[in-house]
Amino acid sequence: MKDTVESYTTPDGRTIGGVLMEMKNITLRFGGVVAIKDISFDIREGEIRAIIGPNGAGKSSMLNVISGFYKPQEGEVWFRGERRGPVKPYQVAREGIARTFQNIALFEGMTVLDNVMTGRITHMKAGLPAQALWWGKAQNEEVANRAHVERVIDFLEIQAIRKTPVGRLPYGLKKRVELARALAAEPKLLLLDEPMAGMNVEEKEDMSRFILDVNDEFGTTIALIEHDMGVVMDLSDRVVVMDYGKKIGDGTPDEVRGNQDVIDAYLGVAHD
Amino acid sequence: MPKQSSQKADYLSVPALLARNVREFGARPAYREKEFGIWQCWTWAETAEEVRALALGLLALGVEKGDHVAVIGRNRPALYWSMVAAQMCGAIPVPLYQDAVAEEMAYVLEHCGARFAVCGDQEQVDKVIEVQERVSAIEHILYLDPRGMRKYDHARLHAMSDVSAEGRAAHERFEKELDARIAAIGYDDTCVMLYTSGTTGRPKGVVLSNRNIIESSKASSAFDHLRSSDEVLAYLPMAWVGDFIFSIGQAYWNGFCVNCPESPATMYENLHEIAPTYFFAPPRYFEERLTLLMIRMEDASRFKHWLFHKCLNFAKRVGPDLLDGKPVGTWDRLRYKLAEVLIIGPLRSRAGMSRVRVGYTAGEAIGPEIFEFYRSLGINLKQLYGQTEASVFITQQPDNEVRADTVGVPSPGVEIRIGDSGEVYYRSPGTFVEYYKNPDSTASTKDAEGWVATGDAGFIEEGTGHLRIIDRAKDVGKMADGRLFAPKYVENKLKFYPNILEAVVFGAGRDRCCAFINIDLSAVGSWAERNNIAYASYQELAQHPKVYEMVQEHVEEVNRSVAEDEMLSGCQVHRFLILHKELDADDGEMTRTRKVRRAVIAEKFADLVTALYDGSDEIYTETEVTYEDGRKGSIKATLQIRDVAVVGGEEPKMAAE
Repeated sequence: MKDTVESYTTPDGRTIGGVLMEMKNITLRFGGVVAIKDISFDIREGEIRAIIGPNGAGKSSMLNVISGFYKPQEGEVWFRGERRGPVKPYQVAREGIARTFQNIALFEGMTVLDNVMTGRITHMKAGLPAQALWWGKAQNEEVANRAHVERVIDFLEIQAIRKTPVGRLPYGLKKRVELARALAAEPKLLLLDEPMAGMNVEEKEDMSRFILDVNDEFGTTIALIEHDMGVVMDLSDRVVVMDYGKKIGDGTPDEVRGNQDVIDAYLGVAHD
Repeated sequence: MPKQSSQKADYLSVPALLARNVREFGARPAYREKEFGIWQCWTWAETAEEVRALALGLLALGVEKGDHVAVIGRNRPALYWSMVAAQMCGAIPVPLYQDAVAEEMAYVLEHCGARFAVCGDQEQVDKVIEVQERVSAIEHILYLDPRGMRKYDHARLHAMSDVSAEGRAAHERFEKELDARIAAIGYDDTCVMLYTSGTTGRPKGVVLSNRNIIESSKASSAFDHLRSSDEVLAYLPMAWVGDFIFSIGQAYWNGFCVNCPESPATMYENLHEIAPTYFFAPPRYFEERLTLLMIRMEDASRFKHWLFHKCLNFAKRVGPDLLDGKPVGTWDRLRYKLAEVLIIGPLRSRAGMSRVRVGYTAGEAIGPEIFEFYRSLGINLKQLYGQTEASVFITQQPDNEVRADTVGVPSPGVEIRIGDSGEVYYRSPGTFVEYYKNPDSTASTKDAEGWVATGDAGFIEEGTGHLRIIDRAKDVGKMADGRLFAPKYVENKLKFYPNILEAVVFGAGRDRCCAFINIDLSAVGSWAERNNIAYASYQELAQHPKVYEMVQEHVEEVNRSVAEDEMLSGCQVHRFLILHKELDADDGEMTRTRKVRRAVIAEKFADLVTALYDGSDEIYTETEVTYEDGRKGSIKATLQIRDVAVVGGEEPKMAAE
């Protein structure tokens, strides 16, 4: 793996490691429409990396490339020092990448607990007969998985809704349940697609705290897409800015804030 | 109970009681806490080991005799242990309200001069650190939940698990010292210091000795026949005297098990799982539960709705008599049994009260209908009257002598006297030692003979010997024309309506009474949903004309009921408005135990009070609010004011619309 930079410690005491994922000259087309044009950037271990940009900039497409759902026509995706070949999304999940969705994708009729348990699927190794009879290995596995899920439930403070069907929950809580499911998979890299969309100020503050805590407690690398500039600037270590499928900025929040292209494209004209 | 002199040392302090419990009930559960979805249990023997390790760790940190150790957090076994561990070291635990903002905490920490603070989680640690800059006395902060704490500077910050581990490792060095300190605890040494929330002025530190706590616990346990097999759920603030008495005093005296909920939000569910046998809740809790139940029943099918009301009406007639052991006919008994199977039993179980032998409510008057409702379900709900200064118990209702309008007979060992002004005085073994660093207040509250002024006006009912409380002595006043003004009496009647959360009645020294109303968002919200009334905020809902109409009906009903009492008929509400915000302790409008601070409200909303009396139809106002994190903001609103029909007296003006 080239470009490995020395790990360093952030001002608030977190350790940022080497490159975990690297996107090299990614181009993604849908027929004649170019969604992503020759974009390169990397995500380092332990950091919170934000991808921002105006509507239609290609942010979600980018996230889908990272998660292996879209196959870019050109460019390379490197994850943990290996070039990723053609993969299925479930293989990506096994590699340790979990995600949440912009439009919540939970099983509405199932309880919160069951939904979060589905996040453990990649950790279930017992065969069909054992699972069906819930015997031996399957039973032990489920106990271990449940124990892990309970830690996540405790961590995200959703104990009170453990047995509530997801369909009955308000929007903000559903978002939190989705995060719980992603966390249950113990991902190396967590992808969050607009985690605060549609939330009120208080819910945003809660979610911000959870994102920071997840990063801090589990050392999970987080890549997030977000519209709320205040949130992005507060949370992330580095920001990629996209506009019309191109990368127009990349750096710390302060660098991005000072970048004239970014100001023009996204933040509006600065008032002095 | 141990009585011989050889065992006398058993009950001179809480640590001594702990040692006795290990000998007598070592393998029985002492604490349970739900964590990771499972009830974790600690026996008395395990508890003693934990407490001792923590105490040794505290010694290693340098806790001195007489130090104050602040304890801040929600009810968790480890925090209770930290209090007992502090006592073992000869230090004095000072539990604080966990929802207090940093500002309030600063005053208390400064006042008691705590050198150590034990915090439940990061939130509490942050507040103490914020305060630490001003309050220099704090040397070490301990925390229980390590979440989010890794990045903090740990020079003076310790995880409780580390402190216990240190205590276990260093046990040889400190064991002797600890045993000496435990042995040195005297009956009249301070057991705990609790800050009263105080409806007026600064909180005062009430010093309670081992004698106060243990004598009170002993007498009240005997009164209600508490035993080691009882179960309680610890969910009320640890800083409140009641929790200290129930979860430490009585729990250690009787050796019963204290259960801690998984999180504040899971309290109802955990209550249902534990089904405590001994339960305490403020009237507000019972009101909320009843409101919630009624809202749910509104959504039930017609048959269930019918059956529910049929059974409840029947239970209302028969239930209380059955509970009090009064004669009930065989046919009614059979019918009650049927109602129990169909409706009452499940209700009781859902409410987590299927096993309650002794249930108490106190702190505020409870609406008679609410009280009767729970009694009719066969729940032995009783009232008690108490104070921090009395180690809770002043009067209690004995079984079979329960009524909604009295607070019971004097608790064992308590003497009661009614002063000339009608104020209630008491004297008891539980009477506090002093207000910490406040001899003036001590002297004005407790006289040389040990009589303490309660600040409440009341009288002892002839015949039964039960005490009846009318109102706060200083709130009972006269109206301009000399008629009696007892705001609480009217407010309690208003608050009985599920739609009304809080009411504040004005009228002292005026020609008529007016009121502020707070609507209950869950009840009114559900009503709005059923009636297709759209609203975007609490404020908008509160000002909805239909809501006003509904509240007006309630107020008029209350007026009719108040008018029946000749003495208090002057207290009928002539005009009211619905407040645009909920009264909140964070804004200083209520105490942490949720009692309205009349003076603060009258001053803060002076413009609204003026509008109530000057005849205007509406008023524009801006109010400062404090958010949970201590930041301030303001909300603006135009409030309508309504005139209400009163019974007797002058004709009401046209309703303002």
